[in-house]
Amino acid sequence: MHNLANPQRFEKLAIRLTPLLSIAAGVTALFGLYYALFNSPADYQQGESVRIMYVHVPAAWMALMCYSTMAIASGVGFIWKHPLADVTAKSTAPIGAAFTFLALVTGSIWGKPMWGTWWAWDARLTSVLILFFLYLGYIALWSAIDDKTRAAKVAAIACLVGFINIPIIKFSVDWWNSLHQPASVLRGGGPTIHQSMLTPLLLMGIAYGLTFAALLLISMRAELAERRIARLEQSARAPSKAMIL
Amino acid sequence: MKRLMAIFERDVTLAFRTGGGALNSVAFFALTVVIFALAIGPDRARLSESAAPILWTAATLAAMLSFDRILQADFEDGSLDALIESGDLLSLVALAKASAHWVSTLLPLILATPVLGLLLGLPAHAYFPLMASMVIGTPALSLFGALASALALSLRRASMLITILTAPLLTPAIIFGVAAANAGARGDALFGPALMLLAAMTLFGVLVTPAATAAAIRFNTD
Repeated sequence: MHNLANPQRFEKLAIRLTPLLSIAAGVTALFGLYYALFNSPADYQQGESVRIMYVHVPAAWMALMCYSTMAIASGVGFIWKHPLADVTAKSTAPIGAAFTFLALVTGSIWGKPMWGTWWAWDARLTSVLILFFLYLGYIALWSAIDDKTRAAKVAAIACLVGFINIPIIKFSVDWWNSLHQPASVLRGGGPTIHQSMLTPLLLMGIAYGLTFAALLLISMRAELAERRIARLEQSARAPSKAMIL
Repeated sequence: MKRLMAIFERDVTLAFRTGGGALNSVAFFALTVVIFALAIGPDRARLSESAAPILWTAATLAAMLSFDRILQADFEDGSLDALIESGDLLSLVALAKASAHWVSTLLPLILATPVLGLLLGLPAHAYFPLMASMVIGTPALSLFGALASALALSLRRASMLITILTAPLLTPAIIFGVAAANAGARGDALFGPALMLLAAMTLFGVLVTPAATAAAIRFNTD
């Protein structure tokens, strides 16, 4: 881990890993989609529309995983001051927000045939929606503060406080939902899922995870490059400032 | 402890004396309620049914607009630096500031609630549960507001960002607050479990936010 504190060493590793991860993600997704679309049974209640599950559920997994990654990276940045930690946290946020958005959209599309409406205030959809706003707040905070080292620390606090609040928000929304409507929603998920559906679901989950890893490495490199440019511009500007003075 | 009381008193006094900061919040609160009523229409039954949610929403919005004042003025005139240097535990200072915000901004709203409840046709037996739920739940708003205010300390015109930061964290307070008010109006014993959960939310805020607020103040001032 400490070897990677050197950005150049990290760059080298990232350049080598990115294509491998991308190819692995593509291949897994191909197998996953084949199983999901052609080689798995339609649900006896939901019919063919159950196949939306294979893109929806992994997106929801990733929504949570990305936020956890951000929280862990923020914690690591706090405690060990690892220079890549805040780059990781910052770069994860837009990817996580995109997965969360994807989970919301696919959930909504799945909801139309299942519930007869694009949006139901289902407990899970609602808490994912709130999670999406947590991501937005984190991203907004990062972009509002100019000083990067300060932004990293301040955003880390926001991320960690949000992270310990997630279980409470989840609980409150579940509770709110059970208060207003009995749990009548049919779900393909859960531990009772049949093996023939579990295979494509897990394959798609792995594909999503690999995609996240590849995207994360790319956007971390972009962030590092951006910081280098900012540093160079600053040092290019500094002498002229001295001349004016 | 004495010095913390002094900070608290100073903040409350300032809030009431400078340009009617506290009164503005009450005016905003009342206007939000009026806007809700105008939008919903004069139907008495519908209004009285949604009175508790409307009043909770209006109080939350009024609170959110005032969050940036919790630390911003002290940051700009330098007294926040003095507080940091004073040697008091900064998280306790943050707690004192959040309490002062609650007393100067949210307590007036709770006191104005009966009048607005009257306008919305809140049934007589629903007043006490609603106000009790607000007394127990709104301190959480001030605590998370102080945290967001500390996070956005170095920014000017931060109130939009503060709203985006606090709203997701405050969803449990709103859910349990309205639920407790409704349960109390229905006559549930002890306002159902919602009031306990609401109190837990406030206590959780007391536990978590002062330290985080203090850390954010430090990061934003060095």
